Amino acid sequence: MILLNLYLAFFKIGLFGFGGGYVMIPLIQQEIIRNGWLSLETFLDIIAISQMTPGPIAINSGTFIGYQAAGFAGALVATIGVVTPSFILVIALSKLIKKMRQLGYLESLLLFLKPVVVGLIIAAAYNIGQTAIIDYTSIIISAAVFLILWKYKTRVHPIFLIIAAGVAGMIFY
Amino acid sequence: MQRQEKGQESKQISLLWAMFASCFKIGLFTFGGGFAMIPLMEKEFVENKGWISKHKFMSTISAVQSIPGAVAINLSIFLGYNIAGISGAIFTALGVALPSFIVILLIAIGFYGFSEYPLVINAFRGIRPAVVALIIFAGYRLSKNIDWSFKLVIAFVLSLILTGFFGINPVWPILTAILIAFLYHFAQAKKEREEQQETTSA
Repeated sequence: MILLNLYLAFFKIGLFGFGGGYVMIPLIQQEIIRNGWLSLETFLDIIAISQMTPGPIAINSGTFIGYQAAGFAGALVATIGVVTPSFILVIALSKLIKKMRQLGYLESLLLFLKPVVVGLIIAAAYNIGQTAIIDYTSIIISAAVFLILWKYKTRVHPIFLIIAAGVAGMIFY
Repeated sequence: MQRQEKGQESKQISLLWAMFASCFKIGLFTFGGGFAMIPLMEKEFVENKGWISKHKFMSTISAVQSIPGAVAINLSIFLGYNIAGISGAIFTALGVALPSFIVILLIAIGFYGFSEYPLVINAFRGIRPAVVALIIFAGYRLSKNIDWSFKLVIAFVLSLILTGFFGINPVWPILTAILIAFLYHFAQAKKEREEQQETTSA
């Protein structure tokens, strides 16, 4: 049963993750809260690890959470679950996509999805932030990271910030 | 006749394994975001191996971004499918996914053991707020690409409040956005057709 739940949960995550990367976070978080496979703090840990390891966050989360929930079989099932919708949609829609693009439907879709995704991401950050930002040190680290990102945008790779934050954690805690 | 068929078959199989190997290599060296994979895939699939034309590759990029799921996975499936059908898609997807599966599995197995050390615990206590900042920043960057209008602001606020404070499943705002986009698009198309008819009759 747990394997089926894992598969279905990650199938949903793969199915609704429009726009890649961070949009997965609110979706995964929802399933974690619903199923209680691991704590939200550990979820933050896996996001950090995902930045430093190969692979998209969808697969990394699937493998890790699946393992926590049900060992190797869980890891396998969750990972397969998250890629199945991609398989189905890419193969089924490959002919259709060109037509949809011509019709301009995709533009309308992205138009409405983008603000929704921003809302979802901020909401997820708010919920998950409550487990992570709990004292002055964490507030300072969080603000510092945000300011650095704001100033340097994509020129700084998250890996460096994560490592720096880890070192700061070791020093100040 | 049979020898020809066997020759074809083994050619197909070696193509599949070659694609798997290429994707495995690319998957192994792309850290963090999947978008970094795109130039690597282009170099390998178009320039090095000549499996697909540059023109066709470029047209898959935009197509792939409108399908849900990880860009890296979608792209590899698209390419694999275009080059060698469903088996192609399976081999490419496997190639891209396997490195992260293996690495994360090893990390997961060692995780609880190694997270007993106080130094590690403290490191992660520092890392978590950093990740929260990363997430917020990702949202902020997305928001800068948007041409904010009243209805889009409403969409943002609603999905924020519903999922943030009322714990509604994020799939509902996403589904609603898809539905509204569908209706909106057809309403626009209809309006355009009517306007065109007006100008031609006038």
